[in-house]
Amino acid sequence: MPLYRDEAIVLRTHKLGEADRIITMLTRTRGRVRAVAKGVRRTKSRFGSRLEPGMVIDVQCYEGRNLDTVTQVETLAPYGDAIARDYAAYTCATSMLETALQLTEEHEPQTQQYLLLAGALRSLAEHSHDPGLVLDAYLLRSLAVAGWAPSFVDCARCGATGPHRAFNVQAGGAVCSICRPPGSSAPAPETFALLASLLAGDWEVADASDDRFRRQGNGLVSAFLQWHIERGLRSLRLVERA
Amino acid sequence: MYEGAVQDLIDELGRLPGVGPKSAQRIAFHLLQQDSEDVNRLVTALTEVKAKVRFCEVCGNVAQAERCRICADPRRDQTSICVVEEPKDVVAIERTREFRGTYHVLGGAISPIDGIGPDDLRVRELMPRLASGEVQEVIIATDPNLEGEATATYLSRLLRDVGVTVTRLASGLPVGGDLEYADEVTLGRAFEGRRQVNA
Ligand SMILES: [Zn+2]
Ligand SMILES: [Zn+2]
Repeated sequence: MPLYRDEAIVLRTHKLGEADRIITMLTRTRGRVRAVAKGVRRTKSRFGSRLEPGMVIDVQCYEGRNLDTVTQVETLAPYGDAIARDYAAYTCATSMLETALQLTEEHEPQTQQYLLLAGALRSLAEHSHDPGLVLDAYLLRSLAVAGWAPSFVDCARCGATGPHRAFNVQAGGAVCSICRPPGSSAPAPETFALLASLLAGDWEVADASDDRFRRQGNGLVSAFLQWHIERGLRSLRLVERA
Repeated sequence: MYEGAVQDLIDELGRLPGVGPKSAQRIAFHLLQQDSEDVNRLVTALTEVKAKVRFCEVCGNVAQAERCRICADPRRDQTSICVVEEPKDVVAIERTREFRGTYHVLGGAISPIDGIGPDDLRVRELMPRLASGEVQEVIIATDPNLEGEATATYLSRLLRDVGVTVTRLASGLPVGGDLEYADEVTLGRAFEGRRQVNA
């Protein structure tokens, strides 16, 4: 049976039978993969702690017809441990894992999504920034990688140079006064600036932002995400924000 | 697809946790080959469990009356409460004979990805139990995995200013494992070595 080895992030686990688990993971080079980890719920298992959601692992599996089987695991980064000790970070992490589940396909290489998620989890585990901002930055960037890059400066419809006053989710972000569809909102200029900085990874601007604009920005990111992810995210309503 | 009643049974069995279509089919044909008497015993057990068993109004454990056997026992130590995810965890801890207090069964762990937040569990029901001042220690014995640890983090924060000592079972329990699979000695040791988390 063909063996493979890859780096992976554990997205989600499901109990299977008496003592096994199905591990859904995003691998670095072969996209999303589902594999059985045998006996991991028993106490003597060598693998258990390495196959928890949020863990970055070096994994070896053999390919099966429906499901692969995990044969070896080493921990590369135990982000899950640190994340579980910070409740806000935990709720943000689960939303990121759920987003990655929805925005990736089985066996379709998604290295950019992999690197993005690994970076965001590291940021949560190391408490580099406010967890809510890390989540919003991740959501914006993963949507961008999936082909739905929002615009927060130039008009998302005609490309007219911004900044503009109006925001429209369906149109793709900022819209100029000519393109502006009915029902567009008018967020604060500071909110546009915050969202642009999150998308660009300009943390100096993002870290210095005011709570008021973070809340407004977070509302727009959620609306944007729900628009593009058909079934929506179950975890989003449970995210705890400062 | 089978005809009528057989397929109905396979469909119902297939809705049980951990039972796939193949297992459902195997169980259905096993039942078909059994004596009526054996099948009736199973039917009675299923009917009785729904008719007689409910959840303890105090701790949320399975019970045959308003209160479970443990909550109704006057010899149990009323100064400590052990918080667990499921009734099966109560059974696992009882086996160790290490704990003489009472329990609080949450009904799961906080798992946003499954749409389960604190309000979907019996978290709020824990607070009135601490109001009288009799309880001195809350021991958090959620599973040693990501959801269980995060639930413990949430609870210890919630209980920070309540005036009780909050402890967590000692590490040494295998992470990723289910509490119910921990052997008595390991679980007993985890109990003895529990550490305070809200100091
Ligand atoms: Zn325009
Ligand atoms: Zn009870």
